[in-house]
Amino acid sequence: MNRSILTGQRLAAVFLLGFVLFNYPLIALFNKPAKLFDIPLLYLYIFAAWALLIGLMAWVIESRKD
Amino acid sequence: MLQGWVIASVSFAYLGVLFAIAYYGDKRADAGRSLIDNPTIYALSLAVYCTTWTFYGSVGRAASTGIGFLPIYLGPTLMAGLWWFVMLKIIRISKANRITSIADFVSSRYGKSQLLGGLVTVIAVIGIIPYISLQLKAVSNSFTILLHYPEIVMPAKAAAQPLLQDSALYIAMILAAFTILFGTRHLDATERHEGMVAAIAFESVVKLLAFLAVGIFVTYGIFSGFGDIFSRVESVPKLKSLMTVADTGASYGSWWSLTFLSMLSIMFLPRQFQIAVVENVNERHLARAIWLFPLYLLIINIFVLPIAVGGLMHFPDGSVDADTFVLTLPMAERQEALALFVFIGGLSAATGMVIVETIALSTMVCNDLVMPVLLRWKSLRLHEQHDLSGLLLSIRRWAIALILLLGYIYFRAAGEAYALVGIGLISFAAVAQFAPAIIGGIYWKGGTRQGAIAGLLAGFAVWSYTLLLPSFAKSGWLSIDFIREGLFGIALLKPQQFFGLAGLDEISHCLFWSMLANIGCYVAISLRVQPSVVETGQGTLFVDVFKRTAGAEGSRFWRGSAQVQELLPLIGRFLGPDRARASFLAYARQRGLSSIDALEANPDLVHFAENLLAGAIGGASARVMVASVVKEEPLGIDEVMNILDEASQVRAYSRQLEQKSHELEAATAELRAANERLKELDRLKDDFMSTVTHELRTPLTSIRAFSEILLEDPKIDLEERKKFLAIIVKEVERLTRLINQVLDLAKIESGNAEWHTANIDLHEVIEESVAATSSLFSDKRIGLDMALPGNVPKVRADRDRLIQVMLNLLSNAVKFCEAERGRVTVTLSAEEGEVRVDVKDNGSGIGEADQNTIFEKFRQVGDTMTAKPQGTGLGLPISRQIVEHFGGRLWVSSELGKGATFSFTLPLNGNGAERREERAEK
Repeated sequence: MNRSILTGQRLAAVFLLGFVLFNYPLIALFNKPAKLFDIPLLYLYIFAAWALLIGLMAWVIESRKD
Repeated sequence: MLQGWVIASVSFAYLGVLFAIAYYGDKRADAGRSLIDNPTIYALSLAVYCTTWTFYGSVGRAASTGIGFLPIYLGPTLMAGLWWFVMLKIIRISKANRITSIADFVSSRYGKSQLLGGLVTVIAVIGIIPYISLQLKAVSNSFTILLHYPEIVMPAKAAAQPLLQDSALYIAMILAAFTILFGTRHLDATERHEGMVAAIAFESVVKLLAFLAVGIFVTYGIFSGFGDIFSRVESVPKLKSLMTVADTGASYGSWWSLTFLSMLSIMFLPRQFQIAVVENVNERHLARAIWLFPLYLLIINIFVLPIAVGGLMHFPDGSVDADTFVLTLPMAERQEALALFVFIGGLSAATGMVIVETIALSTMVCNDLVMPVLLRWKSLRLHEQHDLSGLLLSIRRWAIALILLLGYIYFRAAGEAYALVGIGLISFAAVAQFAPAIIGGIYWKGGTRQGAIAGLLAGFAVWSYTLLLPSFAKSGWLSIDFIREGLFGIALLKPQQFFGLAGLDEISHCLFWSMLANIGCYVAISLRVQPSVVETGQGTLFVDVFKRTAGAEGSRFWRGSAQVQELLPLIGRFLGPDRARASFLAYARQRGLSSIDALEANPDLVHFAENLLAGAIGGASARVMVASVVKEEPLGIDEVMNILDEASQVRAYSRQLEQKSHELEAATAELRAANERLKELDRLKDDFMSTVTHELRTPLTSIRAFSEILLEDPKIDLEERKKFLAIIVKEVERLTRLINQVLDLAKIESGNAEWHTANIDLHEVIEESVAATSSLFSDKRIGLDMALPGNVPKVRADRDRLIQVMLNLLSNAVKFCEAERGRVTVTLSAEEGEVRVDVKDNGSGIGEADQNTIFEKFRQVGDTMTAKPQGTGLGLPISRQIVEHFGGRLWVSSELGKGATFSFTLPLNGNGAERREERAEK
């Protein structure tokens, strides 16, 4: 159960990270008409952050030992 | 040219495949080899979240707001991070209480209240109907568009068809028939539909593939990659603004509120609850869904913006509705097969949503709305019917048909008033009203029935006033003045600028006011009203679900008497007599009884029966039904509180016991260690005693021997006598020295020694010691070198004691040096914070094994039992004690045959002794 709570806390931390990444003011930093790799910056940022969150959650879930 | 019959037959073929999967899934479930007992299938079935609203609507929303379509998918991703706590708890509670719908959940939590269950059902139905009509509209539109292939005709221009030629009507009928076949083939005690879940998971794959196919076609077929599309955007100013969000507080605010809204929706939409909670086979499946489901959302959204931008560039005149780009782009490029595949993908999205949503709603309508009414309607004489399971099934079938009919009516009436995405958000805001009652209900024992009812009513009223009625007004059913002027022309009551709150978009505005009203009423009323007995019991069961073992606890809040002969037929009337007998028999076997007759009608059995019934007709009705055949003695609130107190006391005690036992274990370990230490000390003491007596006996033996010779033989000449007496005197001196040293050591060790601490100059100490031992050196003709720098600071120590140490070290050095060739060097040096003295000799040296033992009492290099001892064996231990008393260290470094260096240091600050004494006092 302790391990399970630890996993839950790690996931909650990912949630908090996501909450910060996907909200003002961080999102405003990327809200520019610029482009990176020919892709609009904001669009690229959101999908990269999104993929990062999913990767973190997958890592937390699949590496747990209970 | 795509003929109507081609589209229709492909669609029916697809529905046929779905039904085959569902049928196979049900067969496998009956055989006990579940097809959906798999975390990946669970995650895929959760993707029922993506309806035609995603499939067609996301592109439409992206075409008007750029990345504004994303919060609806980011919210669920974030929420997935909290599922481990929240969703797991809801699943556990639902399994323990056989909860079959979200209405059942709320009603069970707040004392199995029929009123609350009905209220949730009404809100859900009113909130979801527009959403269902949205699916009908999407399928019907896409069908109409596809029918005009290769021309691209917007359905609005195709004009409203007469009722009997309206494809949406037939779609609604087909879907109703299909859902009835899927969802109500038989009545299941747990209300699970394995075959349906398998089909939904399959549909999730189909719609994903279809969307990816069109995305890849647009991105790489029509254009040449992401870079190409986005670089063309540069030249169109209108499109360029879609790449960013407006940099205003309001736009970030609505971004936030959409994220928040979708976080709640992914939990509380009836279809999500159905799939995630009710249809969950194993709660461990949730783990993989936590990352796989967000991954699905990410993948299905990658191509949304390219398709939207591509469509806007492809149809620059605005003649084509952006909601249809997914379909019209392949059509414009004459990709017949792809267009058909896209249509099937859209059909997947629609059917998946409609099937699950209507099954969930029909369960709620049947269990929480119709059954409570029918059961109260005495003139129907339902109590006398033997088998009501058929009735239950037909209520559900009618409910499904009715819900789809309502959806169709809304579709006909609402027309083209709103874009697809607007309708979806209205539904999201409606189900968000369940959040306070549910989240509060599983974490806060203080939430009460009245509080939940008040919160839901207030939230629902605000939602209706600020979102639903304005949408009616925009559709032309109400005067538009209602929005512009406010109710009765009162500006403060403008539904979309309530109390003058302007500057928010309508969804954020509704979300703010409805949540304020909902949470406010829920908390305020809950805190004001005393909960009833049942509420307290259920509240505890829900909140503490992880602390209690399933099943055994619920019965503790019930007392009364019952008859098996009455319970069994009651359950049989709703589940069918055979199924009821089978369930009771399984229960009996579980208890180690051979037949149903052996069962005792105790509270456990009553609880079991009620749970069984709850699976079929909902918790609130089940309670009423069971109460009709058993005599329940009502528990007073005090008794319930006692039971709860008892339980929490037992838990507290067991926690205390656990803690005590940990403490005891720790204490035992300490005691064992202390015991070991004592035994060791005892052994050391014995060793010490035997060594001391041995050391005492040696000189005593020779004294006695020589004394006896002198006594018995008077004829010994004087020369001999003198020699013998000299030996006796020497041995007595040795004895005295030994005894003095033993006493000295004992004093130092017990802390009773007297110390005369003063500032002393080590220079002097060394010179005095050397002078005192000079005769030893000259006797053996051993050379002595000294390196004594004059500027060494003074240290605080006992002068006589230090001389004792030096004498010991010097005499040891002499002892182990060869006569004439020996050489001893004394070095004094000041190091950082301490003064160091080295006494180096070139004698026989000390082997590594002996380097520690020589500091133990009576240990000397070589065997003291055989060889003649060269000292008492106490000098070094005493010296070490003295040096350590003043905060210094004494050690040796040596190699066998290469001489030895004894070194000691004393701290310069000179308060080592005081420090040590202080420590001893503590």
